[in-house]
Amino acid sequence: MINLNRRRFVQAAATTAIAAALPLIHTRAAQAADPLKIGYIYVGPVNDGGWNTAHEAARQEMMKALGDKVTSSYVENVAEGPDSERVIRDFANQGCGLIFATSVGYMDALMKVAKDFPDIKFEMCTGFKHAPNVANYNIRFHEGRSVIGTIAGMLTKTNVGGYLATFPVPEVVSGINSFQLAAQKVNPKFRTKVIWINTWFDPAKEADAARALIDQGCDVMTQHTDSPAAVQLCETKGIPTFGQGADQSKFAPTMCKTSTEDQWGPFYTTAAKDVLAGSWKAEDEYWGMKEGAIKMAPITNVPDDVKAAGDKVIQGWMDGSYNVYAGPIKDQSGAVKVAEGKVMSDDEILGLNWLVDGVDGKMS
Amino acid sequence: MNVDFLIAVIITVVGASTPILFAALGELVTEKAGVLNLGVEGMMLVGAIAAFATVDITGNPWLAVVVAAAAGSAVSMIFAVLTLSLSANQVATGLALTIFGTGLSTLVGKGFTGRIIKTFDTVFPQALAANPVGRVLFSYSPLVYFSFIMVALVAWFLNRTRAGLILRAVGENDLSAHSIGYSVIGVRYAAIAFGGAMAGIGGATFPLVLTPLWAEGLTGGRGWIAIALVVFAGWRPVWLLGGAYFFGLLSTFELYAKASGASWTSILPSEGWAALPYIATIVVLAVISASKRGGGGAPACLGRSFVPSA
Repeated sequence: MINLNRRRFVQAAATTAIAAALPLIHTRAAQAADPLKIGYIYVGPVNDGGWNTAHEAARQEMMKALGDKVTSSYVENVAEGPDSERVIRDFANQGCGLIFATSVGYMDALMKVAKDFPDIKFEMCTGFKHAPNVANYNIRFHEGRSVIGTIAGMLTKTNVGGYLATFPVPEVVSGINSFQLAAQKVNPKFRTKVIWINTWFDPAKEADAARALIDQGCDVMTQHTDSPAAVQLCETKGIPTFGQGADQSKFAPTMCKTSTEDQWGPFYTTAAKDVLAGSWKAEDEYWGMKEGAIKMAPITNVPDDVKAAGDKVIQGWMDGSYNVYAGPIKDQSGAVKVAEGKVMSDDEILGLNWLVDGVDGKMS
Repeated sequence: MNVDFLIAVIITVVGASTPILFAALGELVTEKAGVLNLGVEGMMLVGAIAAFATVDITGNPWLAVVVAAAAGSAVSMIFAVLTLSLSANQVATGLALTIFGTGLSTLVGKGFTGRIIKTFDTVFPQALAANPVGRVLFSYSPLVYFSFIMVALVAWFLNRTRAGLILRAVGENDLSAHSIGYSVIGVRYAAIAFGGAMAGIGGATFPLVLTPLWAEGLTGGRGWIAIALVVFAGWRPVWLLGGAYFFGLLSTFELYAKASGASWTSILPSEGWAALPYIATIVVLAVISASKRGGGGAPACLGRSFVPSA
């Protein structure tokens, strides 16, 4: 038994070593003349109309910008966890020089593969672990949420907004806080009701939860889920709503007032250019409206003063005159978390685990 | 808690329960004939995309229901041929059917993602739904009323008709039914086809009533809840009705309770609330197997292949 195990171990180790070494040789020899090969791993289908569609559009934008200097391919519907390691390793073995993993659940698998392929650059979307050849990239989603919050705060009559949330992770919490803070800047009486549904994707449940919020007095709604079900319901109920990830106005032609659009393209182009030029560094990037990483769909079907207020927030993010996370900010218990004159740091935003004053709902 | 709030909860619960009820009703008849078909989720997804595509192309939701039923039936026949004619393992084949249905619906649905369709109008004139009682009784889509009719029909068929008796006999003791001349395989084919049709209609409820869109994995695992529900109801159609609404209530009530901000909702984290239907099923299973009758109405030949000896 022991012998067998040992023999198997040696075999496995040898196979791994060969598998790891061969493509490296191939890559080095080929890199000089061939275009840069780039691999993308997507967590869902490229036609989901949200997160993955945005990444795929960005990949194509990058391809167009860099022409024949790069080639790229993607694998869609890759489950987070162990399965993703196989896909990432496969990309590495195929001689990719740059690999983008576009969902946070790939992080551990990516770190493992990155260790075996020190010459390949890895970019981890919304990740937070570091290695000499691994960098993280993210979008300041809360900037878009503040535009939505401003509009919601001005449109509401009941002074209650609904927020359909998925999981209490910093990305979602930061969106909720930004929505409430921006709304109460224009409407001090504004409160936000939150429902956690514990899934990114379950259209029927998303619609039910939206219905529950509307039935309890919310007369503006936003959601941080992946399907347009809630937006669609708001159209039938006549409740102002907002799209997330991509322009969702076709699902609610009169009620969808604007959408946040994730724009990964500028970042993908920059990262690929850096690798081509040999100037790529393992530095985290956290881009917002200023860098063109988040865009608002046109603000429509609202009174002129509301549109002007929304556009002013966008302008403010561009020129640095607006920051939704400028103090004073209190948490739900009333304790001051960000003092007057201070601004929340990037690390604090990326690690948010508390809700601001004015949000009704708990962290789960 | 005012009347409007209560009505809002009831209407949402009815909507959330209807697809589960359809699918579970079909699975109940299938299981009564002694066949365990775990492909409900897959058949529901096939029904959902069939219904969506039909409305998108023809604009006719009634036709969509028929097409969804036919599509659900058609994929269930794959399962039937494998398990009945070729005596393949029912559990494995059922799981494969779910995987197949998920993939097929995704493939067909590629061209339909992001499109919008018109849903069913309510059956009764809006005037009837003016007062609170009227709203609770008359404000639903035709499919909801159809689900009630189907529960009554299935209950009547299983307990009051000769054909229903034969179907139950096939599920309880296939050898005896075979020896007195009934076609065990034939009855099971019919039961599986019916189960597929009902799962298809259950799936059609999603685009036609709940969320007028197509998205991959639209049914969100409710096919599995339907299978649990059959056990929960002890294989009785009328209990199934109560069970479906109980499951619907559990999943909906949480949302309303959370939105109301009531302090007692923090007894359970939201993951706990989401697990309640499954926990309830386990509890019922435990109670059933502890009871003296044992089995609690499970057909004796459930899940066993029938190979007629020469």
